[in-house]
Amino acid sequence: MKRIMTCIECPQGCRLEIDADGSRVISVSGNKCKRGDKYARQEVQAPLRTLTTSVLTRGLELRMLPVRTSKPIPKGKLLEAMDAVKRLVVTSPVKAGSVVAENFLGLGADLVACRPLNKI
Amino acid sequence: MKERELVIVGGGPAGMAAALAARAAGVEDVLLLERDQHLGGILNQCIHPGFGLHHFKEELTGPEYADRFVRLVKEDPAIEVSLRSFVVKLTGDRQLSFLRPGALEEVKARAVILATGCRERTREMIAIPGSRPAGVYPAGLAQKMVNMEGWIPGKEAVIVGSGDIGLIMARRMALEGVSVKAVVEIQKTSRGLVRNVVQCLEDYGIPLYFQHRISRIHGRDRVEKVDVVRVDDEFRDIPGSGFEISCDTVLVSVGLIPENELLEMAGAEMDKKTNTPASAEVNQTSLPGIFACGNAFKVYDLADSVTRDSELAGRAAAKYLGRL
Repeated sequence: MKRIMTCIECPQGCRLEIDADGSRVISVSGNKCKRGDKYARQEVQAPLRTLTTSVLTRGLELRMLPVRTSKPIPKGKLLEAMDAVKRLVVTSPVKAGSVVAENFLGLGADLVACRPLNKI
Repeated sequence: MKERELVIVGGGPAGMAAALAARAAGVEDVLLLERDQHLGGILNQCIHPGFGLHHFKEELTGPEYADRFVRLVKEDPAIEVSLRSFVVKLTGDRQLSFLRPGALEEVKARAVILATGCRERTREMIAIPGSRPAGVYPAGLAQKMVNMEGWIPGKEAVIVGSGDIGLIMARRMALEGVSVKAVVEIQKTSRGLVRNVVQCLEDYGIPLYFQHRISRIHGRDRVEKVDVVRVDDEFRDIPGSGFEISCDTVLVSVGLIPENELLEMAGAEMDKKTNTPASAEVNQTSLPGIFACGNAFKVYDLADSVTRDSELAGRAAAKYLGRL
């Protein structure tokens, strides 16, 4: 079965043609780099996305701290992850890369800070 | 009046890249003026990934991309950063006046780089008829509200314009639990990146209407609904094609305008249509020793390209100052 998709790995947005048997990928074409091949195979098997959002803070310079998952998580878990993010409050100063929540939702990815924030 | 070698106005990606490149090219005294309380500019509210693929060969969020430069700027004792500093005046012979808490400062610069970025076009500029209820926001303002202040602007949204900011806000609102009912685009294609159409709209099942426009916004105190109509290739409404979408929020993402009041005030020749300096060469203005870079010079699609070109501005200023 042929599938057409747009690679989302970089702004080029290559048009990928994937020949797959169910979730088993036979061939990928149209990609200008190897990331496209990897993306296509992952997308057919189990789509992953990096979640970026912001978390409420208390006592820090900004009201919200931008955060991301340390690696992509299953696309189907994004909304569940957002619900969990809304229950968090960051109260200690952070640096870019500081872990805000370890092994977030048991998905094997940490929630990490994207910028430094100090106390007011 | 204090003399400075190089004064840079704006501490976003353009201003920081220009400052670092000027230093690398031998400029010994840089004053970087930023009106916000942090460096980083618009990157601070662009919390999505997609930055740095060219410059750092890895994918970063806006704040992460900014932080890489902020660290370098702060480490350099020859770059003086003045935050909460708003430039109110620039003359053709490079005298600047800026306000900072408690003071009006005046400096004379041997060279100036304007890295003042853009502001958003508004509902008024595309003339959407109808009432003027609450709930109509420029998309970038909504981005700041959601990402930096934690305010969700409504429950059901329609987005006007399918540029990158509109697409990214569609996803952002959907993630925050807002029902994003449609993105309405008057052109035949999106002005945004294809990857954003895929990962921001298709991932969340948000419909994108090409060759459609909002013909009216309804609502007394708060937006209640919008009228949508299909247009032909000459942007004329197609009779009988109209339909309604009920919503309480309209985000307007219809482009950016370079913010160049200072350059105009200094007497530079401007391209009135784009509000950019009239110039054949990147980063140049008609005034000697005054440069413009980043989105103030032209509207860029990628922050990485802003960094690349703004480094050239830093070098151009260094050359003008006799350092190269």
